[in-house]
Amino acid sequence: MSSWKVLLSDYGIIFILMGLIIFFSVLTIEKQNIIGAAAGIFLAKEVTQSGKQGKILLVTSESLDDQDLIEAFKANLGSQYQIIVVDKGPPATRNQIERDIESGDVPKMIVTSTKVSRWLLFQDFSNHFPELSVVSMINPQSSKGSNFLKRENLLNVADQIAVIAIMAIGMTMVIITGGIDLSVGSLVAFSAVLITKLIQGYFGAEAATEFEMVLAGLIAVVMCGLIGLLSGLLSTYFRIPPFIVTLSMMLIASGLAYTISEGQSIYHVPDNFVWLGRGRIGGIPVSVIIMIILYVIANILMTKMVFGRYVYAIGGNKVAARLSGIPINKIVTIVFTISGLLAGVGGIILASQLNSGSPTYGLAYELSVIAAVVIGGTSLMGGEGKIWGTLIGAFIIGVIQNGMNLIGIESYTQKVILGILILIALIVEKARKRS
Amino acid sequence: MSILELKSIEKSFPGVKALDKVSLELERGEILGLIGENGAGKSTLIKVLAGVHKPDSGRIIYGGTEISIPNPSFAKKHGIGIIYQELNIIPGLTVQDNLFLGSESGLGLIKGENEKNKALEILDTLGANFKLSQYCRELSIAQQQLVEIAKSLLIDINVLVMDEPTASLTGHDVEHLFKVIKKLVSEGLSVIYVSHKLEEIEELADRVFIMRDGKHISTKDKNDFTRNQMIEEMVGRKLESEFPDSVSEPGETLLKVEHLSYKKIISDVSFLVKRGEIVGLAGLVGAGRTELVRLIAGAEEPTGGSIEINGKVAVIKCPADAMKEGIGHIPEDRKDQGLIIEQSVLENFSLINLRSHSSYGWVWNTKLEKKLGDYKKQLSIKYSSSLQKIKNLSGGNQQKVVIAKWLERSCDLFIFDEPTRGIDVGAKYEIYELMMMLLQKGKSILMVSSELPELLGISNRIIVMKEGHLVGQFDDLTDVSQEDIMQLCF
Repeated sequence: MSSWKVLLSDYGIIFILMGLIIFFSVLTIEKQNIIGAAAGIFLAKEVTQSGKQGKILLVTSESLDDQDLIEAFKANLGSQYQIIVVDKGPPATRNQIERDIESGDVPKMIVTSTKVSRWLLFQDFSNHFPELSVVSMINPQSSKGSNFLKRENLLNVADQIAVIAIMAIGMTMVIITGGIDLSVGSLVAFSAVLITKLIQGYFGAEAATEFEMVLAGLIAVVMCGLIGLLSGLLSTYFRIPPFIVTLSMMLIASGLAYTISEGQSIYHVPDNFVWLGRGRIGGIPVSVIIMIILYVIANILMTKMVFGRYVYAIGGNKVAARLSGIPINKIVTIVFTISGLLAGVGGIILASQLNSGSPTYGLAYELSVIAAVVIGGTSLMGGEGKIWGTLIGAFIIGVIQNGMNLIGIESYTQKVILGILILIALIVEKARKRS
Repeated sequence: MSILELKSIEKSFPGVKALDKVSLELERGEILGLIGENGAGKSTLIKVLAGVHKPDSGRIIYGGTEISIPNPSFAKKHGIGIIYQELNIIPGLTVQDNLFLGSESGLGLIKGENEKNKALEILDTLGANFKLSQYCRELSIAQQQLVEIAKSLLIDINVLVMDEPTASLTGHDVEHLFKVIKKLVSEGLSVIYVSHKLEEIEELADRVFIMRDGKHISTKDKNDFTRNQMIEEMVGRKLESEFPDSVSEPGETLLKVEHLSYKKIISDVSFLVKRGEIVGLAGLVGAGRTELVRLIAGAEEPTGGSIEINGKVAVIKCPADAMKEGIGHIPEDRKDQGLIIEQSVLENFSLINLRSHSSYGWVWNTKLEKKLGDYKKQLSIKYSSSLQKIKNLSGGNQQKVVIAKWLERSCDLFIFDEPTRGIDVGAKYEIYELMMMLLQKGKSILMVSSELPELLGISNRIIVMKEGHLVGQFDDLTDVSQEDIMQLCF
């Protein structure tokens, strides 16, 4: 009971996410057709359950989905059936049926895919072929379902938000120490340009090996880490406010990205470069797996390790932290370095997703990242915040964007709505905290 | 006839009855001393007068007519001035701008010569030694307080409420403030004076109004009260004595400070602290006491001199160095320097003990929690859960948590800077007892305090500082009086 209360007060924002999911799920409910292998299995079951034996006429189109249907249908049906497949369109189907009628060997059942069942031929079947009025027609049932809740779409949401979410880990730590990192958006561009330029210019472009691509990626991430390190050193040992330091770094990194790429997009990368951004392991996008692993590590770091305690202490009360012997400068510098490294990781994932590198990538990402962190309940004053909260915050942004795409809101309007929804999320959160 | 009368004021907050049928009468031209422990309801009562809180029931009669005070500007307009403990002075504005803040004319323009002359006149009455054009950040706390008083006087007030006005003042600043208050009262002003310091109440107040647990306990003429009676009524039980008896026998020298200097603030200070003794550091605010102990605690790096611990030279450049030498520092401002108030009791307790309770960076939380539980029993700290935010604990219990964390760190020298500031009378005694317990364990204490009775009550020896120098030392306190020490301070 009490642990529920803690969960509620710590992650109340999760209810906002659930609300949004329900909202978009309901709005995107549509008739869902069963297609492909699933349809094949469904039809085979129907046939078996009908109890009829003998000849089956299976009519489909030539599409890939329907070829899957045919295969699955055959595989799931016993050998006692004689299956004749027609997949060459209405005239061929009519010919086949007429031939069957002439020979007197009419099929016991006619099985079709959803699309085919809508052919005029079948819509008006008993008029066309009164001889076959006793033949049963079997086609896949359509059911109502939500486009938003489709497995594919949910994975899409996670995939699309992965880059922002990964960057937001570093930003959460920076903001908890009481700082801010404006350079992450530019670091994405810098990292994306660097990895693609290295592959194109030094590792043989399309002929680059996997090892070389990994090496290029490591170099890009480490370079971003070094820029983060520099931000950290400047804001601690030189005592320049992080806002100014990272604003400068934002300009520097963006400028470097344009210089390295000469303002052009870089396309000459091997075909398997897209694995990181578009590949899947066990059906789950690689980028999403990386995101989850990073979140687990970050959560352990922030809640179970000395490092995390120090980060919270510094943001909570810098003076008290110093008097407690905490190496403030060191910790804050490490935090900025982590933020840089993760922006670098975001950059190579984005480059892989888009199969290219360009200095225009990551534009204004820092704002989405900060929004995700703040929606997730991290205080801009420092000292308060949760890693999981940030993940939820990122997903709120992802769900809103995806949901609006699905219900067909145009992208300019989306921006306005996104801004308003972020404000509403924060107002709800504040009101909940007060009560 | 009374200027202000409160009748059966009641005010509840969720779970607390902050004011329980409190009635108060304030005569014209009198000073009413309002005392009570933290949480007794003093602040709520003030806020009802200020229009910050609306009472649930009860009546307020002001100048013969019944009124209700809906908001702070109403109180101000009708001549009830409030000066809070935290001054509402904006450092980046001049004295003049601060004085007229909130009462500028419609377009935000500053008022003309008439107002300026009036302001000058008031500052003159208050004996202010600063100009209207000076920025407030250049002023001392005492001067800022005068600005605050002048601000309320600008609008012809009848009643002035002052909440702990001397909390950050010492010596002649306090005396000057008292002179000002007495003068204003002789001109017909009525004052409600809230303070923890009973000697101030004894000096200033005509009558004493005592509160406890949201209730009015008693009001008597000052002369009908002894100090102990006041304390007993505030605490609600009999007090044997204000200070526990010292039981320890000082042993070997633990800390030896020689010719310590820091910029122009500390010059050539030498003294020593033995095992099992309390050395009190006396002096005025600004005499360099806090700066001196900060040097020993590593908060600042000395520019000259040496520090020896157990006969060995200790190089202390940062707080971590001092902690390694077994020095624990309990700063004067718990809220700003000692604690992370938004974090839990456990987190505050563990902060300096993470290294010894972790391996490869992994924190052993259950072990820390068990340790904290042990101290909770040993020091009788009151909190409901180790995950409770420390800001919700009373000052006394916060201080106990701080002591517990340094005990766990097993340090030998405890540096207390104003150990009982903002702590209730009853809880003070417990803190003193804890300090005695530290001595019995062979620990030593170096204590900065602005409260002379406290210094004399629990120290084994006292050293006095003035303007960064060590100006005197009392090794035997049997015949030393507060006056003896004060004389060295000035």
